[in-house]
Amino acid sequence: MSTSEGRGNPGASGDSRPGPQVPQGLFVRCEGCSEIIYGRALRENLEVCPRCDFHLRLGARERIEMLVDEGVYREISADIRSNDPLRFRDRVEYRDRLSKGAEKTGLDDAVIVVRAEIERTPVVLAVMEYAFIGGSMGVVVGEQITRAVETACEARVPLIVVSCSGGARMQEGALSLMQMAKISSALAVLDDAGLPYISVLTHPTTGGVTASYAMLGDMNLAEPGALIGFAGPRVIRQTIRGELPPGFQRSEFLLRHGMLDRVVHRRDLRGALGSFLRFMYEPAEAAASVEKDAAATVHTAPEPALVRTAR
Amino acid sequence: MQREFLDFEADIQAIVQRIEALTGYPDSHRAEIAGLERELLRRRERIYAGLTPWQRVRVARHPERPYSLDYVNRIFTGFTEIHGDRRYADDPAVIGGPAWLAGAPVMVIGQQKGRDTAERIHRNYGMPRPEGYRKALRLMKMAEKFGRPVIALVDTPGAFPGIEAEERGQAEAIARNLREMARLDVPVVVAIIGEGGSGGALGIAVGDRILMMENAIYSVISPEGCAAILWKDPERAHAATEEAAARMRVTAPEHLRNGLIDEIVPEPPGGAHTDHDGAAELLGERLRFALRDVAAGSPADRREARYRKFRDMGNFGLEEAPSRTARDSSAPVDKGAAGGGTAGYRPANTG
Repeated sequence: MSTSEGRGNPGASGDSRPGPQVPQGLFVRCEGCSEIIYGRALRENLEVCPRCDFHLRLGARERIEMLVDEGVYREISADIRSNDPLRFRDRVEYRDRLSKGAEKTGLDDAVIVVRAEIERTPVVLAVMEYAFIGGSMGVVVGEQITRAVETACEARVPLIVVSCSGGARMQEGALSLMQMAKISSALAVLDDAGLPYISVLTHPTTGGVTASYAMLGDMNLAEPGALIGFAGPRVIRQTIRGELPPGFQRSEFLLRHGMLDRVVHRRDLRGALGSFLRFMYEPAEAAASVEKDAAATVHTAPEPALVRTAR
Repeated sequence: MQREFLDFEADIQAIVQRIEALTGYPDSHRAEIAGLERELLRRRERIYAGLTPWQRVRVARHPERPYSLDYVNRIFTGFTEIHGDRRYADDPAVIGGPAWLAGAPVMVIGQQKGRDTAERIHRNYGMPRPEGYRKALRLMKMAEKFGRPVIALVDTPGAFPGIEAEERGQAEAIARNLREMARLDVPVVVAIIGEGGSGGALGIAVGDRILMMENAIYSVISPEGCAAILWKDPERAHAATEEAAARMRVTAPEHLRNGLIDEIVPEPPGGAHTDHDGAAELLGERLRFALRDVAAGSPADRREARYRKFRDMGNFGLEEAPSRTARDSSAPVDKGAAGGGTAGYRPANTG
């Protein structure tokens, strides 16, 4: 594992997790059962509480390493970042929030895009990083995920997006809003091309992310207990001036209401993805041969340049 | 005559009331009334030329502002409303049906607010539930089947944030509309006529031309919501809300500059709420022009242009980041081969 990203301090609000440089907490309090858990035991259990099964938030890079074959991947995120197009500030300069997010995560924004294989199926995988301004979606996330979709189209491989986000990024105003339309338009192209898209929703996935790509998978999978919704619970409570039913907007609630294909435990996620990918996708001949070549060169994902097929 | 006045319209209110007092005696005061009306126009023009973003928000929400049906009934002929999403219910916050624009059949869809208390409740203050988005999509697909263009009028504070809306998949309904509108084969012309409230607005606002009324707003979150989350200062909530409206750039001129809309539709002096007929005439003319323009091309070209339009939105907010090396799990590889570039990319569905 190349990173020691994000554990611990669960009492604080979501984006206050330690950065990669911060040493691991020896003990961690579980958000679910409030028990003190030995940090190493938690890590060995994929950040799932061994006592109550609560799924703690996973950093993007840990998530990728957990999902891809042999932990081997090739990052294809574009080297782009936000230039603060609206020169936004509230009580804090948006630029400062950006640099703080970058410092904390080692990323330019709230998503990592890689090429890899999952149970031998080549994929484009985009994973959101909540520790970067609450995983919010602005122009960078919009462009990175759109490029991920386009790369999947060009290489004719499946797309997987793991969402973890509070929604659109207010500091980029309506530019953020339009990323919903932008990514969804790209997904229409992917859909027309007959390529698989699996959306994995993790805790939390709300707002404009849910109301665009997170709900548009051929299959929508979620981790247990994840908060998933359009409006946040606080807004809904204000609107109805009452309490929300227990379990409202949790994965199991969405499953019951027909919005998810499956709720999948973290330890089973890779296997579920692998199996669904095999159902949905057979690599084209060209891709298959490249896959074999790639398998020969140890620890390298397939070369996308060779996989790309003429259309 | 205007009945409700915003705080910055005090001068206008005084003149309007003076005119109303005199209209009982038209003969003896004809000259005075004419003078007052000229003065009223001057004041309206002056006040409305210098509106702050927050004042624009107030105008966009003005209780006398024309709503979708006010425009539909003036701009189109033969509008017949049709109902229901064929899955669960009919949502009165969304209206739609066949109509004729300058003699040509179109499918018109709009988000609908209520004028009086009873109608406001009936229309749920213009906040659609999932059924509203699903009805809108059903009507759009019907339009596509019969080769008729779609006109969408946007006016909502946002999609309804309620328990049953979440249960029935508000997010899924909006998301699906975004994807399906991107690939409709028929021309789609969108007009933001009042409030463009976040995803709830966008859910019917993906199209070939995006028009926006002069005093409409379009925003990722309400200024109130933004202020509550980012400023976190209930003591000065109002000041923060005004500041949020300005900082988020919610007005039509800002969106035109940023490439999120294609054109601003002028309103009568003093705002659309002072003259529904005048506002409808101005919007109708621009809708006809926009539709003629986008209907000219082939479906494939139109879809590709629509894709490019949304594909490029916000890209001016990107800058190159210093390359971070050694991010791969294995040894660093040439990222140039990663195929992430977009130059020359063609959507597969238009080839």
